[in-house]
Amino acid sequence: MASVFPDGFEALEPFADWAVRGEKARYAKRLASTMDELDAFYNVAFPLLESSKDYLEQVSMEDISEQDKRLLWLFCALVTVAFPVEAWRQPRVPDSGPSTIDAILEPAV
Amino acid sequence: MPHFKKPAEGSWTEHLKIGTEPVSYEDSISPEQYEREREAIFKRTWLNVGRVEQLPRKGSYFTKELDAARTSVVVVRGTDGEVRAFHNVCRHRGNKLVWNDFPREETSGVCRQFTCKYHAWRYDLDGKLAFVQQEGEFFDLDKSAYGLKQVQTEVWEGFVFVNLDPENTTPLRAYLGEFAKGIEGYPFHKLTQVHKYRAEIGSNWKLFIDAFAEFYHAPILHSGQYMADEARKIQKYGYEALHYDIDGPHSMVSSWGGIAPPHDRKMVKPIEAALHSGLFGPWDAPDIGLALEDLPPAINPSRDKRWGMDSFVFFPNFMLLIWRPNWVLTYHYWPTSYNTHIFEGTCYFVPPENAFQRLQQELAAVSFKEYGLQDGNTLEATQTMLESRAVRDFPLNDQEVLLRHLHRTARAYVDDHQRRSAEAGTPATS
Repeated sequence: MASVFPDGFEALEPFADWAVRGEKARYAKRLASTMDELDAFYNVAFPLLESSKDYLEQVSMEDISEQDKRLLWLFCALVTVAFPVEAWRQPRVPDSGPSTIDAILEPAV
Repeated sequence: MPHFKKPAEGSWTEHLKIGTEPVSYEDSISPEQYEREREAIFKRTWLNVGRVEQLPRKGSYFTKELDAARTSVVVVRGTDGEVRAFHNVCRHRGNKLVWNDFPREETSGVCRQFTCKYHAWRYDLDGKLAFVQQEGEFFDLDKSAYGLKQVQTEVWEGFVFVNLDPENTTPLRAYLGEFAKGIEGYPFHKLTQVHKYRAEIGSNWKLFIDAFAEFYHAPILHSGQYMADEARKIQKYGYEALHYDIDGPHSMVSSWGGIAPPHDRKMVKPIEAALHSGLFGPWDAPDIGLALEDLPPAINPSRDKRWGMDSFVFFPNFMLLIWRPNWVLTYHYWPTSYNTHIFEGTCYFVPPENAFQRLQQELAAVSFKEYGLQDGNTLEATQTMLESRAVRDFPLNDQEVLLRHLHRTARAYVDDHQRRSAEAGTPATS
């Protein structure tokens, strides 16, 4: 069976469940996670994002492979998770109480 | 110590001649005033309901709930390619014509005709009644008299507007005025990568416009978005705009560049440094066929090199933000009661060519959402305390000039409508 992510991203395999399609679903997963879980994901994924700019720039959106698509979704999840890890230190936005803003239209990939 | 030059009068507010006295927000907490606004504003002005890209081919349609005008419209591209809008109501028994599972939710799609779910009356894309179930059971039914009720529709730069008042004959372009004229030519049609968000907010619609029509609050409410040392620096600096202007009911603020990209990289969070993107958009602007100095004249009106973005408030409820790194954000505020509304925020980007650009756009869109959550919730706190009426007058500063103009304009529309209704001997609210 082919691996979940492209070659060179094997370290992300334990976090494959973060390769979630759609910002709304990614945000829901962030809210359902503990800070320990968010930190664990971030600590592995962020250095890989930092070092893979060249790789990501050659992944064309026109004919993106399934592996690259999952990698992109995972890094999109990392973007969502970066806020609690780098700024809030809690999954929810501070002082946002019960309020929600939901993605109702998103790019297909 | 001011960072940017102000007009000769010494303040933007005095320059624009809209008064400097404290402002009452009774217009945002009064159910009666809200009823008047429905009549005077939302049933009578041009309202932006979407973009032409939502209607890519003949038969493409979408519905828009206009609760404040007590209606729903269906906007459709006809077989002749024209964009039309109709009240979303079947002429037989008044059922909502176009909806999917949930009558109160908006929907979209492609069809050849509209068929009512109730008794299968059918209308063509031009709104003509095409088929009546058991037509012979009716009494001399003249089908030509029972087409869908059409709504005035016009398109400006790809933005589709409707006007529910058949007596309002002001063309859209004339209504949108000088700012719209000065924006024309911006290549909105190239920004087809869309991220759209929606929220139910427990505040009057104008209070959220207030929040997004000034940036005086940004260094305070959103300070947690910056690294701690930088947040303190930004608070000390405060906020000043490059330029403010009003034109009729509309207004605009032109802002300096902020952090896109920042001169001092310590200002940004690690994810922003890694992706070269943030709230102000991807730092590397995509080619939109226009150089910075060639942008239409209403954009960066002071032609300041430090320019970062312009925010236009097209009265009543459409905000258009044009960012230096060649992307656009729109806000819509759709009232549902005097102290609730639906907020929509839509990001428009040039379609990304590669996965890295896609991630840069994701960070910009998600940053907007994180900020918006802080704003939206704060507004609920504001609304409840305004409703206490413990305090009635509020001082507004020179960076809050658009708010002052918005509340003045909304009140003027109501007063004008009341006066004209009294003169005509008709009730001002129905």
